[in-house]
Amino acid sequence: MIPFSYERATDPAAAARAAAQPGARLIAGGTNLLDLMKLQIEKPLHLVDISRLPLQHIEATPEGGLRIGAMVRNSDLAADLRIRRDYAVLSRALLAGASGQLRNMATTGGNLLQRTRCNYFYTPGLPCNKREPGTGCAAMQGVNRMNAVLGGSDQCIAVHPSDMAVAMRVLDAQVETVNAAGQRRVIPIADFHRLPGNTPQQEHNLAAGELITAVVLPPPVKGVQVYRKVRDRASYAFALVSVAALVERQDGRIVSARFALGGVAPKPWRVTAAEQALLADGAIDHAADVLLAGARGHGGNDFKIDLARRTLRATLVQA
Amino acid sequence: MDMSVPAGNNPIDDNRQGLIGKPLDRVDGHLKVTGQATYAYEYAEAGVPLYGFVVTATIAKGRIRTIDTRTAERLAGVRLVLTWRDMPPQGRKESGAAPQLVDEQVLHFGQPVALVVAESFEVARAGAALVSVDYEAAPGVYDLAAAKDTARTPKPGLQAPDSALGDFGQAFASAPVQVDEIWSTPHQSHAMMEPHATLAVWHGDQLTLYTSNQMLTQAQATIAHTFQIEVTQVRVVSRYIGGGFGAKLQVHADAILAAAAARKLQRPVKLALTRQQVFHVTTHRSATIQRVRLGADQQGRLQAIAHESWSGNTEGENGYESAATQTRSLYAAPNRQTAHRLATLDLPVASAMRAPGEAVGLLALECAMDELAEKLKLDPIELRRRNEPTVDPERHVPYSVRQLVGCMDEGARRFGWDRRNPVPAQVRDGRWLVGLGMAAAIRSNFLRPSQATARVDSDGMVTIKMAMTDIGTGSYTVFTQVAAEMLGVPPARVKMLLGDTEFPAAAGSGGSFGAASGGSAAFEACDALRQKLALLAGFDPATALFANGMVSNGQQSRSLASLAGAQGVEAAGAIGPGDLARKFSQQAYGAHFVEVGVDRDTGEIRVRRMLSVFAAGRILNQKTARSQALGGMTFGIGAALMEDTAPDPHCGVFSNHDLAQYHVPAHADVPELEVVFLPETDDKANPLKIKGIGELGICGAGAAVANAIYNACGVRVRDYPVTLDKLLPYLPAQA
Repeated sequence: MIPFSYERATDPAAAARAAAQPGARLIAGGTNLLDLMKLQIEKPLHLVDISRLPLQHIEATPEGGLRIGAMVRNSDLAADLRIRRDYAVLSRALLAGASGQLRNMATTGGNLLQRTRCNYFYTPGLPCNKREPGTGCAAMQGVNRMNAVLGGSDQCIAVHPSDMAVAMRVLDAQVETVNAAGQRRVIPIADFHRLPGNTPQQEHNLAAGELITAVVLPPPVKGVQVYRKVRDRASYAFALVSVAALVERQDGRIVSARFALGGVAPKPWRVTAAEQALLADGAIDHAADVLLAGARGHGGNDFKIDLARRTLRATLVQA
Repeated sequence: MDMSVPAGNNPIDDNRQGLIGKPLDRVDGHLKVTGQATYAYEYAEAGVPLYGFVVTATIAKGRIRTIDTRTAERLAGVRLVLTWRDMPPQGRKESGAAPQLVDEQVLHFGQPVALVVAESFEVARAGAALVSVDYEAAPGVYDLAAAKDTARTPKPGLQAPDSALGDFGQAFASAPVQVDEIWSTPHQSHAMMEPHATLAVWHGDQLTLYTSNQMLTQAQATIAHTFQIEVTQVRVVSRYIGGGFGAKLQVHADAILAAAAARKLQRPVKLALTRQQVFHVTTHRSATIQRVRLGADQQGRLQAIAHESWSGNTEGENGYESAATQTRSLYAAPNRQTAHRLATLDLPVASAMRAPGEAVGLLALECAMDELAEKLKLDPIELRRRNEPTVDPERHVPYSVRQLVGCMDEGARRFGWDRRNPVPAQVRDGRWLVGLGMAAAIRSNFLRPSQATARVDSDGMVTIKMAMTDIGTGSYTVFTQVAAEMLGVPPARVKMLLGDTEFPAAAGSGGSFGAASGGSAAFEACDALRQKLALLAGFDPATALFANGMVSNGQQSRSLASLAGAQGVEAAGAIGPGDLARKFSQQAYGAHFVEVGVDRDTGEIRVRRMLSVFAAGRILNQKTARSQALGGMTFGIGAALMEDTAPDPHCGVFSNHDLAQYHVPAHADVPELEVVFLPETDDKANPLKIKGIGELGICGAGAAVANAIYNACGVRVRDYPVTLDKLLPYLPAQA
């Protein structure tokens, strides 16, 4: 751990101002940042603790949706009766992630901003364009069983490990932010995370000092909500592949469907054309072809493509 | 005494107080759950310590060109940076030392290359990141399969690397039913809860190490050799150990570097390895490649057995994974051969992990037996029954006690084995394909020289001392039961002092020999104390009875407290192996039964049910023994399904060096496990008539899981761990 200074923020705009300083980082639950600081992968000079900001409530929106404060804990969000009733895919995704202890600490905003679990990102001294831009990507020809088959670049094939974000993606959530100047904006979840391209160190579209204040869920949609996570063990493991799905049927026929994949890409992977394809002819294989178009394995993770296809089918048949 | 004649009837057999076998709670349990049991890193002695942090190599092979320590040394709070240039003279590895920072050579990724010592752990860690090392990297070999053809015959260890009997080649070639397959098992890491840690304190030329080590008497010698000082100048203390599984058999960098720095700075130095460092700085179990060939007649009688195993180790290391050893003893066959070969890999040092040999050897042999049973259309239990030997087939000596068939029969009955459909992929439960599998368990039994003292004082308290360890297995508890039963006092009147080389030399914990070796030493010391006390009371030692804190001859009785007087009475005892180890083949046995589900869509594998029956001599404590079995079975699930220390093919790093990515089974992965011990005593083993149980549970457990997976879905995966990606291509088409 490198020495750092610490302050406790009192309101969101002040937190954003403090976070805009060079070397400053926000800290909420700390479940990811503290680990990375111990490994000296994250080396902030200044920590702005936002865990006590008044962003801890889940409230109804005038449109009939829910506004989830950025500081709402994963455990509380998963247990909220409105979430369980109207957004079950989100509750299920949250409970499929991490462990009870981690969910008790982890926040809604922090979950979106968690960093990859790529083995090489976690090994200082080895090449990693995300950790040290320009050093290369050891995962490309290394042990890449957990890495991305979609959305990666020749610079980086890291996966975004969140389960929660995959559910939010099919719910068309919107991320609300405030910046140091006190300006607010709304970012659709689809545009929140970035693909690595040539800048894998930039994982999201927040500006420096921009702070997530809430995630807004639109009014609930009809149908069945499923989150299927495929993992190497039943206890605390990151997804090999996960599928979040919202499916509405009439007389057994699918009339509305949204689905996204986790564990396969640098962001939740949703392709609306695949959903349209499913509605057009009801053929899951066709939808999977569209969803997985361009998928490419790197040896150890080749299986994820077939696994994603099979898991998608199983999930849609079940839904 | 040594075990040259079978143990006769003794007070442990009489068990007048009924303490032997009793499921006594751990005597140290309360201390542990209330945080009062002191572990290595928690000691304080001789003032405020300094803290060390190890700098480790980021190449896997090559040499250090330069190390620049100046920036680290300038960091406020840093007190010392040690590199290979600054180390005192150290003994050589070949002479039993464990030297660190020897020279500029790098033999594996994560090898310690420097130590930073500072006023706080955090500063030491920050300083470590400022040590700049310039390496000249050389190409390395990290893949056992690639190095297999260069493997050599290792020097003999406890046993010869090769064995042969009859004419295997001819017998196998002419056998009408054959199995000839290759299995591979990955590198595995011990993943014990407590990472390696040490507090080193010098008082003049006397070194005290509070450390986490399984075998203190051996560690004491290693440290003395390393620093080229007398054994009497070294004291090693490990009163509580948060698991070892073999990772703490040797002395590692934490102990040597802490001691070197403490001497230089004349201050106590604490050094803990981080979880990530443990994977590279300490040992692991080597990957293996194993070829098993079985040739049987039409009735399923084995005519030929061969088991060859390849494993790897760092340059200069001779330790090999003895995966074929159990095959010399488990089944009868007139023609047999086993062989071990060792390849040089530029990976961290490979060494013993829970049940070295059997743990991975049975993953091959017991699956080969399952494949043979299927070819013969025989029940797997019946196949094993038909190949039950009457004497050890290679050593031609009788077994001391062997209840393999009893374990299989009892397990089959309790598990409902008769409900297994021998045709795979027939049973469904919703989306799950369900299968049953079984495997045999065998683990060699050992006895190691150990000594103890037993004394009684005027308050009636009995005190036992020995340099034994309790690595979480329950040693404190079972030794307390032995001493209390021997001397006729309640367990609360026994003070069991372990974990300190100030006490009589003892075997330590390893190879499942701890309870037998330490327990027998305690037994002998208590037996000698009984003699002394009886004579003091004027009774015939042969007939004196010890009960309720008294010794009596039937008419009169005297309290132990009064006999002890102000000076107390003390006696010593010792145990060692003898001729019986040569005259009898001594093993513990068991049989595992497993039910798994395989998800028909994703190939996810979940163990649904597991029952294991063991025959392992007398059971000293039904509760702690059961815990050992549960832990071993859980290890077996891990070996079958998830444990895999994966080396990077290009840079030689163990890529998944933390517990988020190195998976071991946790609660949700382990169903309710059932453990049964068959009644047994083994008078050839030791005076307690017990056998080792710390490793038996893992032996064969993973094979039973793999056999159940085959029964569930009809896919044989011979490349462990059996992960879903290996099943996926063979799963049925989806509905």
